[in-house]
This record gives sequence, C-alpha cells and structure tokens, in this order.
Amino acid sequence: MSDAPQQQKKTFFKRRKSCPFSGENGQSIDWKDIRMLGRYISERGKISPSRITAVSQKKQRELAVAIKRARYMALMPYVRTEMEYAPRSSEGRNFEGKSYGSREGRDYNNREGREGGREGGREGGYRDRPSHVANSNANADQ
Amino acid sequence: MPIYETVFITRQDLGVAQVEQLTKDYSKIITDMGGKILKTEQWGLRNFAYRINKARKGYYTLIEMDAPAPALLEMERLMRNSEDVVRYLSIKLEAATEGQSAILNKNTQTEDEAA
Repeated sequence: MSDAPQQQKKTFFKRRKSCPFSGENGQSIDWKDIRMLGRYISERGKISPSRITAVSQKKQRELAVAIKRARYMALMPYVRTEMEYAPRSSEGRNFEGKSYGSREGRDYNNREGREGGREGGREGGYRDRPSHVANSNANADQ
Repeated sequence: MPIYETVFITRQDLGVAQVEQLTKDYSKIITDMGGKILKTEQWGLRNFAYRINKARKGYYTLIEMDAPAPALLEMERLMRNSEDVVRYLSIKLEAATEGQSAILNKNTQTEDEAA
C-alpha cells in the first residue's frame, strides 16, 4: 500500500486488468475447483470485491454462487479465524495468554484488533477516490 | 433428460466399502427410474473446512447422471432420510463434463501441502 503513490507516478494512465473468466480462453467457473476459487477469497474467507480482482460483473455473480456452493459442501470456510491462518502467531499468544488470564478472551481481542486495522486500510482507499482505481490495479498486479 | 451432478458427503466412520455400497444403491435408483449414470467419482476422505455435526472429515462422492427430475428427487429424499449422508448438493449442468473434476486433479497437491 505504501508504494502505491510511487507506482502511480510511473504508470500515469490506468492499466485495466482484464477479467480472467471472460473472453474465448477464459477459465471456467466450477464450484468444485477450490484452488481456483481460493484466489478470490480474502484470508478471512470473504469473497474479494471485483474492483480488486478485475472479474467482470457477470462472472463475479457466477463466482459468488460457486464460492457459496463450495462453502456449503465444506470445501471452503465461511469464516477463517486468525488462529487458523496464522498458526505461528497463535503459539506466541498462548504463552502470553497464560500470564493475562483467560486465553479465549485474549484471542477475541487480538482478532478484533486485526480485523479492525484491515477495514481501516480499506476505508483509506475509498477516501481518495481518483487514485483508488490505480491503487487496486497495483495490488492486483503483485 | 437434464444432466445433473450430485455430490454427497457420508459419515467418516463408514468404511470405504460401505460408501461404495451407498453409491451403488443411489445409482440403482436413478437407473431404475429411467436415468443413466454418466460418471461416478470417489473423492475419498477429505477434511471439512468447518465442523459439521461435530465431525471434521467425511467421504465425498460425486455422481453425474442424465436422469428425469423425479428420479433425482427420489434420490435426494433417500439421502435426506439416511443417517449416513451428512450433506448433499445437486446441480443441473449445461452439458456433460469430460474427464475428472477439478478437485481430483489437484487432490494430491493439496494433501501434500497439508502434511
């Protein structure tokens, strides 16, 4: 995120990434293909917005249905908590948790703090509207 | 006749033989009611992404068929009544698929990652 202004200067014009599912040689959307679907969810398990992944409106709707089917069949999580996606940090927390008392209470606090921070970052993206398209493209390219 | 695919999850504590027997039973209902089985796949014991009825794993089976709607409904009814079937999902397909489903091609890779 911090290098986004720099990138903006280098490539002044908006470079639009095309939809990976549209066109003649676009990928097909299949709810059983969890590897493909996994690229379109956040680490929390939320469906990524199309402004970041550049999926077209029509395909985004199909993709959302596919992800929801995969969730129903327990191929994908509805929510993934911090403990599941960062096993290393959870070990650290266990040590701390002993001195602080209730472990569960602490987990909850930590998770809240992290999620809150991420949402804050996104809001920042919204605020400077003109650059946010370029920002999201820079993210998608990485 | 429309083409459907059904994936169902059976309980973890069933043996492979029992799962295959169930698959045969359901296939038989479809064929008896005028349908045709196009494909069956055993995905094997897979970890769930979240706990279902306190279970963490289950056997996944896919059946693809060209069958009349009443046959599918009857099969779904039996799955609903069965204690062994944890969950099922039937979807109408545009066309019959070719080859293995995507999950099987990448199954070995994902298991390696998990280990």
